[in-house]
Amino acid sequence: MAELQLKSQRFRDEREEDWRRLERLLERARGGGLKKLKPRELLELPILYRQALSSLSVARAISLDRGLVEYLESLCARAYFFVYGARANPWSRIAGFFRHDWPAAVRGVWRETLVAALLMAAGAVLAFALVMREPGWFYAFVDPALAQGREPGASREALMATLHGNPDGHRGLEVLAAFLFTHNAQIAVFAFAFGFAFCLLTAGLLVVNGLTLGAFLALFAQHDLSFPASGWLLIHGVTELFAVTLAGAAGLSIGWAVTFPGARRRIDAAMHAGRRGAVVMAGVVLMLFFAALLEGFGRQLIQPDLARYAVALATAVLWGTYFYLPRRAGGGA
Amino acid sequence: MIRRRKPRPAPPTPAGDLSDARRNFVTPEGVDLKLQVGAYVDRMLALAIDLMILAGCLVVLTLLAFAAAAGTKNPSLLSVVVVIWLLGSFVLRLGYFIGFELSDAGATPGKRAMKLRVISRDGRRLTADAVFARNALRELEVFLPASFLLARGVGVDAGLILLGMIWTGVFIVFPLFNRDRLRLGDLAAGAMVVKAPKLKLLKDVAENASSTLSGLAFTETQLDAYGIKELQVLEDVLRGDDRRTLAAVAAQIRTKIAWEGPSDVSDRSFLSAYYAALRGRLETGLLFGRRRADKHDAPAARAQANT
Repeated sequence: MAELQLKSQRFRDEREEDWRRLERLLERARGGGLKKLKPRELLELPILYRQALSSLSVARAISLDRGLVEYLESLCARAYFFVYGARANPWSRIAGFFRHDWPAAVRGVWRETLVAALLMAAGAVLAFALVMREPGWFYAFVDPALAQGREPGASREALMATLHGNPDGHRGLEVLAAFLFTHNAQIAVFAFAFGFAFCLLTAGLLVVNGLTLGAFLALFAQHDLSFPASGWLLIHGVTELFAVTLAGAAGLSIGWAVTFPGARRRIDAAMHAGRRGAVVMAGVVLMLFFAALLEGFGRQLIQPDLARYAVALATAVLWGTYFYLPRRAGGGA
Repeated sequence: MIRRRKPRPAPPTPAGDLSDARRNFVTPEGVDLKLQVGAYVDRMLALAIDLMILAGCLVVLTLLAFAAAAGTKNPSLLSVVVVIWLLGSFVLRLGYFIGFELSDAGATPGKRAMKLRVISRDGRRLTADAVFARNALRELEVFLPASFLLARGVGVDAGLILLGMIWTGVFIVFPLFNRDRLRLGDLAAGAMVVKAPKLKLLKDVAENASSTLSGLAFTETQLDAYGIKELQVLEDVLRGDDRRTLAAVAAQIRTKIAWEGPSDVSDRSFLSAYYAALRGRLETGLLFGRRRADKHDAPAARAQANT
């Protein structure tokens, strides 16, 4: 009574050649991408892919050959990944990131950026006021490892020397720059990551960063060194503080989305903010890299205060116009 | 009692049934691919492979720097080593993961070795910012706390190290607490990791039957003894082609269906014939909209519907 050939077998016989052809095309395209395929094959691929998908639907409905169904599932998944895979010229993608994605993401978090900047400024003002009144507060805000001899007890000359280091001692600048970069990248990444904890830790971190800053400035202000100290700080600080502020802003935006997801599901809100935040962060890492170069090399090699201010101003203008200058609609060019 | 003796070479998961590791994933064409979620262990192994590759690269770079320092007698090259480890590890790590995950394969070499790949959870294209997000967050989950451990004695105290360990500990087990095995980075990026094995199209087991079927016929009652689940176990048995298993299964089926046909047929031929016949009957049922999941599904309903 059993038929010589089952319906599912006939089904398979009729389509098997197409499946194998799709498999071969995928195999060939895997190594070198689309370039390995001829134009005719390129046109064929999506058709074969849809055929395989439809075969899978039918096979699920009529065939009990599990080997076949599993094969089709794996084949369709592979073809799907290829047809809908992330594929773009890496260079055009990188260019797109700088031209459009990054500035757009940064502009997208402008409210959070303002808040983050205010938090940091509040910390700085508070620490400045406290240390000006009572130098002992300095130790509450600054890690001695970071201070490197810049302490309330130090003489004016000693402080001055820290600002204008020995120009001959250039050796090891690359190590210093690398260390600073790693250190600052960690702070920025922390500010971002803590955003998941409902903003609070990010806000705290920003304030603490501001406190350290204020304490340093107050220390130099007491010795009437505000002007050179600001130059020493701002030559890289404009870039670095901006980067940390942006990192904090990205963290805040995630925390805000998690806390007040609005109409969306909490997980979707976090996802949306997380993606935008990650774009901001990728750029922040680059900014910090740039800042570390300025701090490690620029600050040691450029000694005159006015030159330092000039660099600081240049970076401020650069970042400001790059991020916030209005662009043509479409943002492409 | 029969169940107990039944050999099971592979866990019987009927293709239509979603086990825990499978996930509905509908393509834009409207077909559910039922993707397999990447197992936690596989992902850990993939990460381990990737980290070993990265460490290998750093060691090679370091050795090159040392060689250059020795060759040129220029000790300042030694500071390059420090830079390699501080900066290189960071840049190399991010570049490695992001670069490979953005490539056609959607996977780092470690993931590829474990047959894993990264996809976008909404079924659309995996975008660059998603890949950025998932890898930037890996820094937080794993590498940052790990760097505390390495920086011990450089102004990082025990409390911070402990905090870092707890932090990492939480995030490392995080994927175990959701169905799709998402780590925090996947969650933020809207991505997930799936297992995409490359399967060969195996020969249809029923093909063997057509040549050997001659003379073996089964009654409807005999074919009603089993359902789809048993059919697929039988498929595995036939594919496994283990003589002793075949013998045991054949003996059991013969008893169950009260086989009275020729007894000089080999176990393999008998099972092939029975498989083909059973599949034919069950597939006919499918065409009429009756899916008999296993032998406990009453075939009575079918008989009724047939009349």
